[in-house]
Amino acid sequence: MQFANVKFFKQLARFYIWIFRGTPLLVQLFVVFYGLSRVGFVLAPFPAAVLVFSLNEGAYCAETIRAALESVPPGQLEAGYCVGMSYLQTIRRIILPQALRTAFPPLSNSLIAMVKDTSLAANITVTEMLMVTQRIVARTYEPLLLYLEVGLIYLIFSTVLTKLQRVGEKKLQSIGHNGG
Amino acid sequence: MLEVKQVRKNFGTLSVLNGIDIRVDQGDVVAIIGPSGSGKTTLLRCMNYLETADDGEMVFDGERFSMRNLSKKDAARIRRKTAFVFQNYNLFQNKTALQNVTEGLIIARKMQKNEAIRIGRQALDKVGLSDRYDYYPAQLSGGQQQRVAIARAIATDPEIIYFDEPTSALDPELTGEVLSVMRQLARDGMTMLVVTHEMNFARTVSNKVIFMENGSVVEAGSSGDVFEHPREIRTKAFLQTLRGSFDLAG
Repeated sequence: MQFANVKFFKQLARFYIWIFRGTPLLVQLFVVFYGLSRVGFVLAPFPAAVLVFSLNEGAYCAETIRAALESVPPGQLEAGYCVGMSYLQTIRRIILPQALRTAFPPLSNSLIAMVKDTSLAANITVTEMLMVTQRIVARTYEPLLLYLEVGLIYLIFSTVLTKLQRVGEKKLQSIGHNGG
Repeated sequence: MLEVKQVRKNFGTLSVLNGIDIRVDQGDVVAIIGPSGSGKTTLLRCMNYLETADDGEMVFDGERFSMRNLSKKDAARIRRKTAFVFQNYNLFQNKTALQNVTEGLIIARKMQKNEAIRIGRQALDKVGLSDRYDYYPAQLSGGQQQRVAIARAIATDPEIIYFDEPTSALDPELTGEVLSVMRQLARDGMTMLVVTHEMNFARTVSNKVIFMENGSVVEAGSSGDVFEHPREIRTKAFLQTLRGSFDLAG
């Protein structure tokens, strides 16, 4: 019974990841915002964008975390059993901390990628930075300067996140295997 | 104290263990020897339920357990009376030497932290690592890591320690420090079941020897008998080839 359940969730997770990693983010936004409204499921632009970004980011994170968990040698779990710990105790205290170390850099990468991808939300009429810029450009006819400026703002966001990533990695390093 | 009977295990169509009987009494140091692929490691893993045997029975402290159908609870109970030392150490990579030793005490046995740390330090002192409490596994040599693993094993005060080729992953010069710790444990009366390729250790430290080949026990007896007067031709042949390679090595 439990095994069947696990199998069902596995299939479901695989399907979800397959869909969200296999299709362009822009298409996902269009399907959820324009497509669903045609079948009576109307979402405001902002909630629609949040929903799609979350599901999309979730699919990528799930893959990263799965790979990170698999990268921890199976002997770690066996050693946990042999000192008398249960499966959950070993996962929580031994396996997850090691997996997090491996997963942290790619997770930060996808976070930074998502920050930049938010510009796509303009396409479903969310008034985010790019859309505002487009409006100003339409009034002032200064595309080069204004688009450079919006690019710069994204760059600042990404730089701050990259810096945070470095700090996080150092912190994890100091409690992790390679020590000092 | 510990007995297993008729242990069988197949991997697919390959039969790895065909009906093994083993008996270990308190204070015994039993060496399991034999060529690679004879099923020694699989037997040890089945005895600690890291692998599930296809058939067999275990009697531990007078209690009977099926080796094929064992509840998680019973497996956990048996594992709390035993300890396992792996060929590749399997130290918790995210924990210091001391934390490796105390983890099983604090988390699995709910011991007070201070008490666990006291016992953990004692165990590390015993294996000669008093100056390495706060080192992570990656900062230690193979021999030191294996000694931490032995400290982790003795700290839980087990009734028996299983050793799975504890020196096979080590350079010859590091093998000695691990073997001398094991020799000390044997002198202290620790019950041990040791899968090993170290014939010298098997001969001089263990009191019983089991020779396995192709998933069966070929010969079992006191180490003096098996090494000096082996009854079986195959045992003789195995010891002969080893002696040959020792001679070649000088």
